[in-house]
Amino acid sequence: MTLVIKQEKPKSTFSKIVEIISTMASRPSGLIGLIILVFHVTLAITSPLYAPHDYKAIDPSLMLQAPSSEYWFGTDSLGRDVFTRTILGGRTALTVTFFGSLIALLWGGALGIFCGLVGGKIDDVVMRIIDAFLSIPWILAMLLIVSLLGTSTIVLIPALGFFYGKGIVRVARAATHDVIAKDFIVSARARGHGNFSIIWNEILPNVRDAIMVEGAMRWSWMLLGFSSLSFLGFGVSPPTPDWGLMISNARGLMSFAYWAVLAPIFGLSSLIIGINLTADAFAKALGIDRSTKAPV
Amino acid sequence: MQQVVQEIKNLSIGFTSKKGEQISILKNISTTINKGETVGIVGESGSGKSTLALAMMGYVKHGLFTISGECIYQSNDILKMKNRELENIRGRKIAMIPQNAGQSLTPNLKIGYQIDEALRLHTNFQKEDRDVKISELLNKVRLPSPETIAKRYPHELSGGQQQRVAVAMALAGSPDLLLLDEPTTGLDVTTQAHVLELLNFIAKDTGTSMVYVSHDLGAIAQVSDRVIVMYSGEIVLDGPVRTILKNPIHPYTYGLLKSIPKLTLSGLPNSMSGSQPQPGTIKEGCSFYDRCEFAEDKCKINSPELEFVSELNTSVRCFNHKKLHKKKDEDTKSSKKVLRKLTKNEILDISSVSISYAKQKFIEQLLNKIDDTNPTVKDINIKIDKGETLALVGESGSGKSTILKSIAGLIKAKDGIIKFDKNKILSNDLKKRDANYLRAIQLIFQNPDESLNPNHTVEEIVSQPLKLYFGLSGNELKQKIIEVLKKVRLGEFYLTRYPRQLSGGEKQRVAVARAFAAKPDIILCDEVTSALDVSVQAAVLNLLQELKVDFGTTYIFVSHDLAVVKAISDRVAVLYQGRLCEIGPSESVYKFPSHPYTEVLLGAVLEPDPDIKPKLVAEDIVEEKPPEKGCSFQGRCPRLLGQICKTDVPPWQIDENGNAIRCHIKINDLKNQQISN
Repeated sequence: MTLVIKQEKPKSTFSKIVEIISTMASRPSGLIGLIILVFHVTLAITSPLYAPHDYKAIDPSLMLQAPSSEYWFGTDSLGRDVFTRTILGGRTALTVTFFGSLIALLWGGALGIFCGLVGGKIDDVVMRIIDAFLSIPWILAMLLIVSLLGTSTIVLIPALGFFYGKGIVRVARAATHDVIAKDFIVSARARGHGNFSIIWNEILPNVRDAIMVEGAMRWSWMLLGFSSLSFLGFGVSPPTPDWGLMISNARGLMSFAYWAVLAPIFGLSSLIIGINLTADAFAKALGIDRSTKAPV
Repeated sequence: MQQVVQEIKNLSIGFTSKKGEQISILKNISTTINKGETVGIVGESGSGKSTLALAMMGYVKHGLFTISGECIYQSNDILKMKNRELENIRGRKIAMIPQNAGQSLTPNLKIGYQIDEALRLHTNFQKEDRDVKISELLNKVRLPSPETIAKRYPHELSGGQQQRVAVAMALAGSPDLLLLDEPTTGLDVTTQAHVLELLNFIAKDTGTSMVYVSHDLGAIAQVSDRVIVMYSGEIVLDGPVRTILKNPIHPYTYGLLKSIPKLTLSGLPNSMSGSQPQPGTIKEGCSFYDRCEFAEDKCKINSPELEFVSELNTSVRCFNHKKLHKKKDEDTKSSKKVLRKLTKNEILDISSVSISYAKQKFIEQLLNKIDDTNPTVKDINIKIDKGETLALVGESGSGKSTILKSIAGLIKAKDGIIKFDKNKILSNDLKKRDANYLRAIQLIFQNPDESLNPNHTVEEIVSQPLKLYFGLSGNELKQKIIEVLKKVRLGEFYLTRYPRQLSGGEKQRVAVARAFAAKPDIILCDEVTSALDVSVQAAVLNLLQELKVDFGTTYIFVSHDLAVVKAISDRVAVLYQGRLCEIGPSESVYKFPSHPYTEVLLGAVLEPDPDIKPKLVAEDIVEEKPPEKGCSFQGRCPRLLGQICKTDVPPWQIDENGNAIRCHIKINDLKNQQISN
């Protein structure tokens, strides 16, 4: 008897990433999301090189000019170029929220897996504390932290990371619960593997995807949160350009200088849509269906 | 001329693959179901048997579509009917009994209401008539006191009772055709025998035609008049049950029947090599070519057609069926049994082990004691010798897996001591066990889908114990993994595969390889073949036997399948409700005299032979928990002596074959009674 068996080459991590991205791009929504996200990231990195005007140059004579060939998106109430400020305005937000979500991912994922694995009393206590934190309006707590410690990125990144990690704890814990009852975990326990080895080798590969998707989703939420802080004047301090701050400054003049508020709104919402679409496509490419899960 | 209930003409059902190819799941199926006939459809998983049964009631699963052919019921093609028209047929004319009745009954509605609903939909009875009919139906499926059953919720019934309710609901519309999809697969052996007997009775009583879909030839043999054998989406054999099972003229059926362990045989059954091809992989030739013992060159190129053999009244899809027809049962008895002399060399000593699942109260938790006078598992005393295979048998809830887990240290025993290698006491806390003892005891689980990490390659899976116990790494590790895989007959190219890329048998081989990689002294096998197809089961059993000869490993083998146990074990321990009933060498446990419970179990075993009927000696009641005092089997015992069984724990008695039985009846009386039956 002859058996013809297809030989399969082991896939490298790089080719796996390429495969996931190409699956994501195969759907129109995923492709659009990826294009928007890549556009924003490129813009954030390269915009200082080609920004047409100085973002902090104040000129009262140019106050609230309508869009023209010189000032594409018009000028704001201090006569600054809105186009320059818009293309620069995502830089801080993207940086702060990207690292913030990484922190959220790390602590939320680690604590969630730990709680799911040990269970019992420890799990109960930790989860009740998390529930208690979820009931505190995060923005109030953030305002408290920022007013005590200042608005530097060193404060904002861990603070946002902490508040947005709570949801990830629940997702990671639920994903771990799905895995923990399986016989391969029992088998590893019976062999005498320690908790750390079980988490690293057996649980993590099975919950990693769910946690990463949740982290990507949290990123867009955090972006909105960070912009809200800026809007309230607790995020980025002027004159650094930031969308939230720009919206806040220009909203009073919306009736006659709509350009000054529309441009940052477009920047912010397109980035959030881009991240959301990308995260959804990412989840689908990994085979996780978010539509059946309620947002935490 | 017999009246035809349903006729299937050239039916092909398939799906479109990602590459846009059309792949058939069913290929050109043509058959008829006659009135009053019970047709068994047998096949391994993936053979298309359930798809065929669903098509018979006009249902094609999402993603599949009818490529060609028709399913004719009352001169209409039900596959082309609209939903409105189908509503009048489904339930009323063609009813279905699903595999898992527990999941198909609505959990929050009472049984009576659910049957009433079926009656309201499918009949025109008034309320009063329906109430009478409900009791009638429940009586018909032999449920005790229909009035009380009707007031219960599904979860208050046992698995067998739920299945009976499902039968009653299907009968509500007095259908012409009853489709049964593996209706007894999840049930205990004794319950299964009872349900099959009931189905037989209903078929005779009501004259309903039945289509019985199952992978279990034993069950098929008990109920069917005619059997259809399916392989890879085709009918390969279609004929009367006796012809098919006693004189199979298709090589697949021939091999399949030889690979089933039977009570009448001793030793391991022959195994079939290979596995069923994936749909769409066979482009030309016979789909069984790769695994066929009788294959010739023409089988590779030409696909055989279904050919009618008039002398046997059977249709067969094989060029060489005449050869098989002549080849009589010459080698069915020549199965192999490895005879070994067991040296008395005790490796594991389980003494008075009790295990309790009772939840500790707060104070007891503080005082670290468990106060449970009636634990789930009690007084287990077993000594196991090196190189022996001890089987633990019993129905679900008998505590056999619990005992296994406590040996592995996964469950803490309440009382008792487990000694390894004569005098080394195994701690009942896994964390306190010495690494060397952990290595010495390895587990193999029932379902390889659950026991292998889906995100690990075969290499990673097998490397776990090697890294943990022997600290191997690099090239040395890789060589060792290849060596271990070779022992379970898997080639080097499996290293980079993920479990989802393997067949069921291959997955279980990987699980076996992982256990053997630790060089264990004892391997605990928890229903290792239950999740596998019959032809694969024999191969895994043979592999385990060979490895045991090579390594001298001791097996503790848990199974509910008495025929499998007979094939592989040296000694058998029969458990009921967490108490030992009988223990002894396997040959003598399967002979008289036996404990009344063993007698009940053995009587209920279904043989793939329509002339061997199961003996139903006891009721199939399910007991929630073991009795407080007296004999554990008092609730169901067909040979109950009287008050003594209810008050005193029966003593151990040993017969001349070394078979120990725990019963109040004198061992010789038991023997006489059982022989006279």
